[in-house]
Amino acid sequence: MTITSTKANSRKPWAATDTVYRNQQLLVHVGTPLLAALVVAGTGIRGGSGLFCTWLVLHLITGALLAKFGRRKYSIANSSMQVLLAASLIIFVTAAMSVLLPVFTKGIAAFSSNLLFQDASTVEPDTALTNGGILHAIIGTVIIVIFASIISIPLGILAALYVTEVRGRLTPYVRFFVQAMSGVPSIVAGLFVYAALIVSGILPFSGLSGAIALSILMLPTVARTAEEVLLLVPDDLRSAALALGATQRRVVRMVVLPSAGPGLVTASILGIARITGETAPLLLTAFGATSINANPFSEPMSALPIYIFTQMLLGGENDVARAWFACMILMIMVGLLFGTARFLVSRSGLK
Amino acid sequence: MTSTLELEPTPQAITVLRTKGDRIFRGILIFGGLVSFLVLAGIFGYLAQSAAPVLQAFGFQFFTDSSWYAGDGLLPSEGSIDPPTFGILPMLWGSILIAIISVGIALPLGIGIALSIVYLLPKRTVFGFTLFIDLIAAIPSIVFGLWGFFVLVPHGILWAAWLNEKLGFIPIFSVQFPAFEQSPFMAGLVLAIMITPIVAVVSRQIFALVPPDLINAAQALGGSRWTIIRDVVLPFSRGGIIGGAMLGLGRALGETVAVFFVLQLFFDEVNWYRILESSGGSVASLIIAKFGEAGALEISALFAAGLALFVITLLANAAASLLVNSSKAKK
Repeated sequence: MTITSTKANSRKPWAATDTVYRNQQLLVHVGTPLLAALVVAGTGIRGGSGLFCTWLVLHLITGALLAKFGRRKYSIANSSMQVLLAASLIIFVTAAMSVLLPVFTKGIAAFSSNLLFQDASTVEPDTALTNGGILHAIIGTVIIVIFASIISIPLGILAALYVTEVRGRLTPYVRFFVQAMSGVPSIVAGLFVYAALIVSGILPFSGLSGAIALSILMLPTVARTAEEVLLLVPDDLRSAALALGATQRRVVRMVVLPSAGPGLVTASILGIARITGETAPLLLTAFGATSINANPFSEPMSALPIYIFTQMLLGGENDVARAWFACMILMIMVGLLFGTARFLVSRSGLK
Repeated sequence: MTSTLELEPTPQAITVLRTKGDRIFRGILIFGGLVSFLVLAGIFGYLAQSAAPVLQAFGFQFFTDSSWYAGDGLLPSEGSIDPPTFGILPMLWGSILIAIISVGIALPLGIGIALSIVYLLPKRTVFGFTLFIDLIAAIPSIVFGLWGFFVLVPHGILWAAWLNEKLGFIPIFSVQFPAFEQSPFMAGLVLAIMITPIVAVVSRQIFALVPPDLINAAQALGGSRWTIIRDVVLPFSRGGIIGGAMLGLGRALGETVAVFFVLQLFFDEVNWYRILESSGGSVASLIIAKFGEAGALEISALFAAGLALFVITLLANAAASLLVNSSKAKK
């Protein structure tokens, strides 16, 4: 029996292929979605979610039948689990694509070149898309992110260096507090800067206030990634440098930091990607504006997330189209940062 | 000859004499290590200070009352004619309810995705798919806000109406007004998609730590994929998965703008369980919604709400990191 149903595999001649088993698998796993589509077309069930539910039920049944009566017997729990895992993948990928696709289709639909090169000082609610743009928000985002990086990258790397170089008694606490800081809700960071700097009159609503609020959110990301990177530097290198008579300061400056360099850049980029789209803290600190303000020390400043938020609140057709366009620009920025970080990760061998 | 044999190796104490530059350098590093603690203490201190007027006036009732009325912005002791009342119980419970809904959806989904990556997907696609998950985790929350309002809600209304029609006899799916638009259910759905990548990534890391010997032994005993997952993989990684879920919970509790557009805030009554009703609460949304036009006393009340949110998320995250770390240390 087995001989009649097995034939040589052309790629791996030594491995026998069980064609009956393979065909049964193919029939069930390809046939069931088709069957579900037929059922949905023939009955009153409507919509993508209807199709999904029909498919899920049908595939659970056919999978169980295959497990029970197919060529190789296995438990129904096993087949059901596979179907449910596939279902979870389908749900997630569908949901994720439904987030990504509209950003680009609606963003491109709204595109006109003035949107990139003008600010919004001439824009009233529901002005036509050929007038005004989001340049002020792009500039604001870039300035705020640069200042947030200037504050939090050195501090984050210092925190990581404490854990990897000093290795003092406080190490577990420093780790714990960095972890705890990464859980601070973004709105709370905004409230804190509002209370500590703006209410007390140290800073006005400005780009710098926004940058300080964002640096609170950015620091833990930088610190945790930098710690992982610095731990990859072999202790032999440190010992060798110390044995040559270097002071610890020189060990860190001339051995540890250079060999961890690309990884530290990755840590910084991941931190930047984390904060570029933050909205809530900026609403309380940078406040938003309609014209270009390149001075981070005074006057409110806009940023892409604030811009999207306010356009959503206006709610007119053209306002929302502008919001989608700004969303697309924001996603492109985050995607580029993310891609750069991943590229560096794959080159540096960091996990 | 004998004298060399008598030389026993004796332990020598090594004393490190640090140069002045080194001591300053270590001082700077210690400062860097303490920054996170200082910031956390600063957040707590400033929020508590700014919240003090309201907390003193309303006491613990601020957390147990259901009301948000700014009045004339004066306290009764200051001769108020139209006294304000602030109580954030509906917002606090709303935040927790939404977080529970989102974790309830994201936990099975995230575990399913992590298991699929390890056991179902072809090895060649794994790298690309994990990249995709990381990318989804990096999408800014404001994008989820837009998505929730324009893409999810039109579909979600249909699902909610269907749930209410078929399962309305179960209290949590019953509604008083069948509007369905801005319900805790919708907010929970948006947050679920936001935190699913977190749960999936943490679960996958934990699954990778299951000793291969255990899995091989289970296979040798005749275990199928399902029995191995049920009896070896899941029990081993339970702590880590719960930790990942708590991380997601912390994120869901503190999320602001994604919830803002898909949830109707209702201040005067707690919506305890009707998840399809178009009324709910979220502390973070409350702060964004009221911040713009608030007077001094109302701002103080918002700070008190922020303080409560800060403490709750800190507890959730502390529990999460303890669970994840102890589960990683077990390996």
